[in-house]
Amino acid sequence: MKIIEPHIHMVSRTTDDYQALSWAGIHTITEPSFWPGFDRRSVEGFRDYFEQLTQAEPLRAAQFGITHYSWIGLNPKEAEDINLAREVLTVIPDFLDRHNVLGIGEIGLNKNSKNELNVLEMQISIAAERNELILVHTPHLEDKLKGTRLIMDVLANESRINPWRVLIDHAEEHTVAEIKNQGFWCGLTLYPQSKCTPARAVDIVESCGSDQIWINSSADWGISDPLATLKAVEEMRKRGHTEQVIEKIFYKNPNTFLSQCAKFATPF
Amino acid sequence: MSGQNCPMKATDVIDCYFLENRAKLIDIAAFLDRIDRSIEVNDGHSDFRYQAILKALHMLTELNDRRTEAILKNFSDLSVELPESAAELKSACGAWEGARNEDY
Repeated sequence: MKIIEPHIHMVSRTTDDYQALSWAGIHTITEPSFWPGFDRRSVEGFRDYFEQLTQAEPLRAAQFGITHYSWIGLNPKEAEDINLAREVLTVIPDFLDRHNVLGIGEIGLNKNSKNELNVLEMQISIAAERNELILVHTPHLEDKLKGTRLIMDVLANESRINPWRVLIDHAEEHTVAEIKNQGFWCGLTLYPQSKCTPARAVDIVESCGSDQIWINSSADWGISDPLATLKAVEEMRKRGHTEQVIEKIFYKNPNTFLSQCAKFATPF
Repeated sequence: MSGQNCPMKATDVIDCYFLENRAKLIDIAAFLDRIDRSIEVNDGHSDFRYQAILKALHMLTELNDRRTEAILKNFSDLSVELPESAAELKSACGAWEGARNEDY
């Protein structure tokens, strides 16, 4: 069984989690920048975090035979201080140049404010100028539908963006079809209490098809499970899905999307 | 939309998932009973989250397909206005406070 974990926040996880991923056969992971649970107070705080993502974390992963890639971006939770956000955006291109950075992410919206939209537009502009892949975070719970539509509008307004190079993550039943119909890739996130359960994620694959979609754990510092993708694999097996379809969802699809960045090496 | 169906027989789906969903349904019933047994019960009954749950329960039996999508939309913010800043806003709670009764 070949699995790529395309969205996981290992800076918040233990070495035991790395060991478990490795034992489970997950040897390729990608880690987007995210909000650490508190607001960073200076551009140097972000620079240190991006260094951790691009230098320290890959070394930690390598001890367990895991190849670690990252995404650099400013999370919408930290978009309200526009002056600090502008400063952070000036250091992002240096990190995007690194050999293990796949693109800009995770960027998006959280509470759908004008400040968040402003910073999102600036980051999409950077992506367009550099032809970077984009990994999008969509808002939580009641804010998801409105936020997903706003994000897609902003992306559609930037004519240089090719939707096929954008993955919109944390989708659920009420947003998947709109995302795929507009030509974007779509991510499903498995969380014990919010987003999708493994059963619902498989329901979505059955209902909406297995194209343009990946499934991830997005495990971080909150209640989450770094091995959640394996539970979705087992759910698919339980229902009688073929190994070919399972491999498509958990390996071929993320590999196809990520391979659009020349820095990504197809595993196995 | 292209799609494939669940490869299981319907009775196999029931065999496989009945008990866990029976338990979830009983949990919801117990949750509603708990509200009814609580202090200041009227405040609970007028709470927008409680109202959203009641509407969702009706939708479960009224709709014939795409129930999950409809219920998620039932809980969603349908406004078009954008706040200037998120600084003073509450975290997402799972239902939209601006929903009117007719939305439910």
